[in-house]
Amino acid sequence: MNASIWIIPLMIGFILAYGTWKRVPTYETFVEGGKEGLSIAVSIVPYLVGMMVAISVFRASGAMAFLSSLLKVPLEALGIPTEIVPLALIRPISGTGALAMTTDIISTYGPDSFIGRLASTMQGSTDTTLYVITVYFGAIGIKRMGNALKVGLLADVVGMAAAVVFVTIVFG
Amino acid sequence: MVNLIWAGLFLIGILYAFINGTMEEVNKAIFTGAEEAVAVCIGLLSVLIFWLGLMKIAQKSGLLDLLGKGFKPIASKLFPEVPPEHPAMGYILSNMMANMFGLGNAATPMGIKAMEELKKLNNMKDSASRSMITLLALNTSSLTLIPTSVIAIRMKYGSVSPTEIVGTTIAATACSTIGAILIDRFFYRRSKGRNST
Repeated sequence: MNASIWIIPLMIGFILAYGTWKRVPTYETFVEGGKEGLSIAVSIVPYLVGMMVAISVFRASGAMAFLSSLLKVPLEALGIPTEIVPLALIRPISGTGALAMTTDIISTYGPDSFIGRLASTMQGSTDTTLYVITVYFGAIGIKRMGNALKVGLLADVVGMAAAVVFVTIVFG
Repeated sequence: MVNLIWAGLFLIGILYAFINGTMEEVNKAIFTGAEEAVAVCIGLLSVLIFWLGLMKIAQKSGLLDLLGKGFKPIASKLFPEVPPEHPAMGYILSNMMANMFGLGNAATPMGIKAMEELKKLNNMKDSASRSMITLLALNTSSLTLIPTSVIAIRMKYGSVSPTEIVGTTIAATACSTIGAILIDRFFYRRSKGRNST
């Protein structure tokens, strides 16, 4: 944990020292790159607004909860606790939603309970697939995304299944 | 595909709200969702400007190329279409590094730069190339070594050992990353097979 405090400052220091040594005009180059960042960030806005409104409508309507109640029975048969189902469903589509749900699960069941540990592992081991696709492909204007969504979502399923297996083995 | 999913989320949500009597919540969600999205973008704005500024220095000084050379063997296996000397390789590697150290904020700008370079390699077409999907798969499976936000939440709720989940997280991450690479390969082979016949 403590080491992570050092990583970013050391990285910045190293890049600047190396750039200065190689006689790169550091400040001007920084500004030049920063301008690119600005235009990328602006171009992502509509993609994110569109996607996040759709997701919050889906969640707020209760359709999300209904979907997870449908999946309860088959998942329980596989030994996956029901309490984790909403998190597993929301993890690929909403980062803030998943973080809120993980926090909720940890505060309800305790961080050192089986469900608390499982939620922690799930939250940490996959990223928000839909967000990553929206931001990355939105930034460069990709319209036909091929198999990207399928690959991302299937990898999430693999990661979550692995989380259940490993948490059961280690803490079960 | 994305068009169907997007419209589907809305239509199912609105229809379900009609049946379920949650139209009021849906109304609220439309505005909070939009607000939240803009807030996320503003959050991204600062990191994008800062990290892309810094990465420009790393690129001009030749640091990115150096990084690319060290990890060439692994990366060229994963991204066979990217020439090892191409700037895309340097960005891909710094994106992977930042992910590994749990620096999600730093990883995103580098990933976007890598995507831009991959688009140039793909003749600026608006369809996703194979390398783009591979990079995306690596990022969605999030190759994290230190899940900092989760550890912070566990601490807040008084866990006896907040970091005890690091082991299981790394193991699960490794599975999803390897899974992502294999699934990516599988779909690529399949679509290639279909095209050639």
